[in-house]
Amino acid sequence: MNTDDLIASLADDAAPALPRPARLLGLALVAAVAATAVVFALLLGSVRAEVTNLNGDARLALKFAVTLALVGSAFVLLATLAHPERPRPRAFAILGVPLALLLGGVLLEVAALPAAEIGPALVGSNSLACLVYVPLLGALPLAVLLTALRRAAPTRPALAGLAAGLLAGGIAATAYGTYCPDDSPLFVATWYGLSVGLLALAGAAAGQRILRW
Amino acid sequence: MRNEDALATLMRQALEGDKAAYRDFLARAAVDIRAMARRRLPASAQADLEDVVQETLLAIHAKRHTWRPDRPIGPWLAAIARYKAIDAIRRRGARPAEDIADYEHLIAAPEVETVSAHDVQTVLDALPPGQRSVVSAITLEGRSIRETATGFGMSEVAVRVALHRGLAAIRSRMGRTT
Repeated sequence: MNTDDLIASLADDAAPALPRPARLLGLALVAAVAATAVVFALLLGSVRAEVTNLNGDARLALKFAVTLALVGSAFVLLATLAHPERPRPRAFAILGVPLALLLGGVLLEVAALPAAEIGPALVGSNSLACLVYVPLLGALPLAVLLTALRRAAPTRPALAGLAAGLLAGGIAATAYGTYCPDDSPLFVATWYGLSVGLLALAGAAAGQRILRW
Repeated sequence: MRNEDALATLMRQALEGDKAAYRDFLARAAVDIRAMARRRLPASAQADLEDVVQETLLAIHAKRHTWRPDRPIGPWLAAIARYKAIDAIRRRGARPAEDIADYEHLIAAPEVETVSAHDVQTVLDALPPGQRSVVSAITLEGRSIRETATGFGMSEVAVRVALHRGLAAIRSRMGRTT
């Protein structure tokens, strides 16, 4: 087929069949949150009583500030990477928001706690559950987000997959945070950090394979 | 860049469903894409240039919803062209192509065999009239067996037989004289 014929045949359907990437990803985010809520209800069932009243508990409030900041910043980064244009380095800086919140919390916690309590705060009451449940809760949202990304145009598949993993991790961490009894920033940085990292790596590996076009 | 403004305007109209604008956009974009791909592809891959251009146009078509009309269109086009060119180079890497120029000395010059119109007429004249008209209708005028059969009031089988015999006669005659 020569190029002119190709152009003539493509020109016949000019109007796009798909919504813009930002809209696609917005819908995917809603679906991902809904999927996480269902998995949470089936897997864990109930939220902690304190979650409905964050006023008295700075550590609990900070935990959600970090996970929700991760959701917001990862979404913005993902929306950028869903377009073919080369992302500006500044696009990645937005991940500094949840990182700065977390780091600030860790520093305050280390300053506030007596040396003897730092170790137990870091280990928490159930670190293994965190490592299991956050990836479990994040798997379905990650799949939803990657499916939406296939309809966008990421030219850096691994990075886009990584951002999707971070976003799925943020959603899963927020959900698990309502159940998990450990609120110390030391615990959050270590175990939530590891769990979200696992999802990010899974996202990058999957993106490398399935996001090519 | 003026060209970029024109492309953006055309693409905006195309996304509204304007087919003529879209065709114009693709035709202009193809020129830019060809220039970009020519620079990017290694010398040994230049033969695939038009394939890469077409793959890029297909990608632009499939991903046309990912251009944001409030953004410049140049970087968007260039990013897709770059992505598809790299993709093509990577796939070529899996089955490397040899440059034929390296083997020029091994390849014989193509032998051009031509027969003059006079020679053709001479051999045709030597055929019996039935075979002559069938052979010239099919080989010189390019008509089909069926057309020839109806034209001469013959069965298709008879046309095939006459053609076969006529060509065989020509072959043996040409073989003798050259």
